[in-house]
Amino acid sequence: MSSAEYDIIIIGAGPAGISAAILADQHKANVLVLDENCAPGGQIYRAIEKNQQNDNKWLGQSYQDGLSLVEDFRGSRVNYLHSATVWHLSSTKIVHYSVNGKAHSVKGRQILVATGAQERPFPILGWTLNGVMSAGAAQILLKDSGLICDNAVFIGTGPLLYLIAHQYISAGIAIKAIIDTTPRGNYLRAMRHSFGALKNAKNILQGWRWKREIIKSGALYISNISGVRINGSDSVTSVEYCQKGKWKNLNCKHVFLHQGVAPELNVSLSAGCEKSWNTRQACWTIDVDQYGQSSVEGISIAGDASSITGGVAAAQKGSIAVLNMLCNMGLISSNDREVLSKPFIKKLSKELIARPFIDALFKPHLRYRVPQDSKTVVCRCEEVTLAQIKESIGLGCKGPSQLKSFTRCGMGPCQGRLCGLSVTEILAKELGIREEQVGYYNIRPPIKPVTLAELASLDES
Amino acid sequence: MFRSINSNQGELITIYFENKALNVPKDYNVATALLWAGVSDFRKTTLNNESRGPYCVMGLCFDCLININGLDNQQSCTIQVSDGMKIKRQAINSSGKNE
Amino acid sequence: MNNFDSIVVGGGLIGAAVSYGLAKSGQKVVMFDEGDNAIRAARGNFGLIWVQGKGVNSPAYAAWTRQSAKQWPDFSKELTELTGIDLAFEQSGGFDFCLNEVEFTKRRALMEIMHSDSQGEFSFEMLDNKELKQLLPSIDPTVTGASFSKWDGHVNPLYLLKALHKAFKQLGGKLVTKPVTDINYKNITFKVSTEMDEFISERVVLAAGFSNKTLAPKVGLNVPVHPQRGEILVTEKVKPFLTHPTGLVRQTHEGGLMLGDSHEDVGFDEGINLNEIQQIAKRTIAIFPCLKSVKMIRAWGSLRILTKDGLPIYDHSDSCPGAYAFSSHSGVTLAAAHALDLASCIAKDGLLPSSLACFSARRFDV
Repeated sequence: MSSAEYDIIIIGAGPAGISAAILADQHKANVLVLDENCAPGGQIYRAIEKNQQNDNKWLGQSYQDGLSLVEDFRGSRVNYLHSATVWHLSSTKIVHYSVNGKAHSVKGRQILVATGAQERPFPILGWTLNGVMSAGAAQILLKDSGLICDNAVFIGTGPLLYLIAHQYISAGIAIKAIIDTTPRGNYLRAMRHSFGALKNAKNILQGWRWKREIIKSGALYISNISGVRINGSDSVTSVEYCQKGKWKNLNCKHVFLHQGVAPELNVSLSAGCEKSWNTRQACWTIDVDQYGQSSVEGISIAGDASSITGGVAAAQKGSIAVLNMLCNMGLISSNDREVLSKPFIKKLSKELIARPFIDALFKPHLRYRVPQDSKTVVCRCEEVTLAQIKESIGLGCKGPSQLKSFTRCGMGPCQGRLCGLSVTEILAKELGIREEQVGYYNIRPPIKPVTLAELASLDES
Repeated sequence: MFRSINSNQGELITIYFENKALNVPKDYNVATALLWAGVSDFRKTTLNNESRGPYCVMGLCFDCLININGLDNQQSCTIQVSDGMKIKRQAINSSGKNE
Repeated sequence: MNNFDSIVVGGGLIGAAVSYGLAKSGQKVVMFDEGDNAIRAARGNFGLIWVQGKGVNSPAYAAWTRQSAKQWPDFSKELTELTGIDLAFEQSGGFDFCLNEVEFTKRRALMEIMHSDSQGEFSFEMLDNKELKQLLPSIDPTVTGASFSKWDGHVNPLYLLKALHKAFKQLGGKLVTKPVTDINYKNITFKVSTEMDEFISERVVLAAGFSNKTLAPKVGLNVPVHPQRGEILVTEKVKPFLTHPTGLVRQTHEGGLMLGDSHEDVGFDEGINLNEIQQIAKRTIAIFPCLKSVKMIRAWGSLRILTKDGLPIYDHSDSCPGAYAFSSHSGVTLAAAHALDLASCIAKDGLLPSSLACFSARRFDV
């Protein structure tokens, strides 16, 4: 395949991808948007069109704010393929994807990776039991289907955790407990970024309001703990937490875990994009310039897919990236690019100012990023525990690739999404080296599993 | 227990879980439908025979794999239910004899 | 302090097997293994213990292969007993498919040669589709047949490597995870240097894969090898369906299928080529149509370390006696022979087995 069929191929229809698509269309570029879900909105505005039919006020205003973006997207002329799973992005800007059990290839002059974020792993004892899900899962079930879980225990830290708790309470759903794992020291550390705190004052006040609301609702609010574990043999039977040296028990059947989000790396890494370790956020980020261009020519990253900056910032990043891509293709002048980018850059800066404060406040405690108990499962797919990882390090494993060889850690279908960050930090701690030195798994296609039949029938010219 | 608080559930269809009929909204995905029906254990893992079910519900964790219409390893959170669909738990044990 | 009986450069399948064997013989051994991103041929392994088809043009190679295959069951048991690691070793025979009549005829002729070259020791059967179906029920009717040999088997190659490393450590072996920068020979003593340290010994074994090329001349040896890429597809775990390994498909102990393979001249590129992967997928479903809906979850490319004639190199230096260079792309099949026969010869009188004399790299000097 030598000539590109599209000017811009956008992978992901969340705020970054949608904003980019709308703007590209306005400048008459030929755009293809590929998205895994059945409707646009990504995760943050998931099922937003469907939810207009229901009286779901509990989802909140910032969710509802996404509707106009989605409507503008629908009104544009972009080619949009929903339920399309991208399983390979080559450095030569060819995208391989599957729709309805058939694989296709398509080439773009420019590619925008807008695949968003994933939740951080939360490796504690019992996190693989039935009945344990992520807080993001609770959000998805609520948005997609109005499905809620009564009397669940929420554990963790981060804006998403408080948001879902708030949504539950707004909808009148009983929460058994919220176990807040925000390290006490974070409050002081965050105050060092007090300028950002002031800019974020509205959100901080909201957070305090929500916290009071949680306690008022009758939910147990537990904080300042030094450990937490989930008990059960097949399914959850209880949660235990340690406060002031004493372990206390809470019987429950459902647990939602959350300790922040991180970029979903696999599309970018398999295309060969370079990455760096972000110490403040304790995760890998994809290296991009001020326009979102990655280290691979013609491939740009926007939104949370490069680094975590939130939904509003994602829309700005998407627009900035697309203006640069239009300039790269000669569809607008570089002067136009600078002028047109100005409002997006301004709005982005405003979003970014509050970031250091948020990151510092909600950085998960090391004990929940690097498990304490050696029986803890680190790689869920291949059932690899911390004990097995430590044994392999003792045998000379110096990095994630060797660890993979000796333990199968990272070899399963999730391809490192739920263990990669843990493995990076475990190796860094055990070997006494920086995370940047440890490195990450070698991510290769397929990014998502693809059947042999699909592969065999791939139309390659 | 999982339950829906949406006022408008939409059209219902019939699916079968382990031969038992369930009426679920037609726009549910399989994982959601089973959670709503009170099922959270979807499969047993290959190595340690551990019970697993949905974790992320967004297609990243691959813990929600289940047998749909005779095919193993279907990622239930990414597949919409369809009328007459047959769903069964899966237990793919390793072929290893010397554990 | 840093004095050893033997130094082994390379912690892959050959290096680790020889190191283990030397440590077992009571030697004080140090094994060098580079960092995480070194080109590691040992990691790119299909896991076959394969005898059929090996050494058609070299009875000596076929014999060496058979010797190792015979020792494998005891070797596996020994490693498991020592380390507690299950290698998932099985040796109940393997198939090589013949997709048409021409292939079938050629294959039979090849097998006959191997049979007679081995004075009847190597045995095989040619199975037609009907007979094949009894053992592999999912085989496609268009597959003409296969050659079957009970000499063949498979093992988890990564656990083999892990067990060798663990056993080596348990026997008092020392592992240094730094690259070797220099080797000097003076007065029957070798000095092997890293950036920070020096190690002294009377024996040096070079089993460093491609790095052998730069290290070998330092001890008067030559290892002319070049890379050839092979690509493998790995599928999700499926119900046990393949009872025996085949040259193109094997089911691992955990349940995933490994599908191969390719032979590409792409230099040191360990990436994957989608066309090759597609060919592997097509070939696989042509043989086993029931695998159409099975999903590939990852694919990888790995470099075979090949000589011009495809045969291994076992060399002992003339100018620096006590220095050896070993290279082979069948590190799994030969692991038993490497750990047992090869290592014990080096430990005893330092002379390589006479059966390996024809594998000196001097054969390339003509």
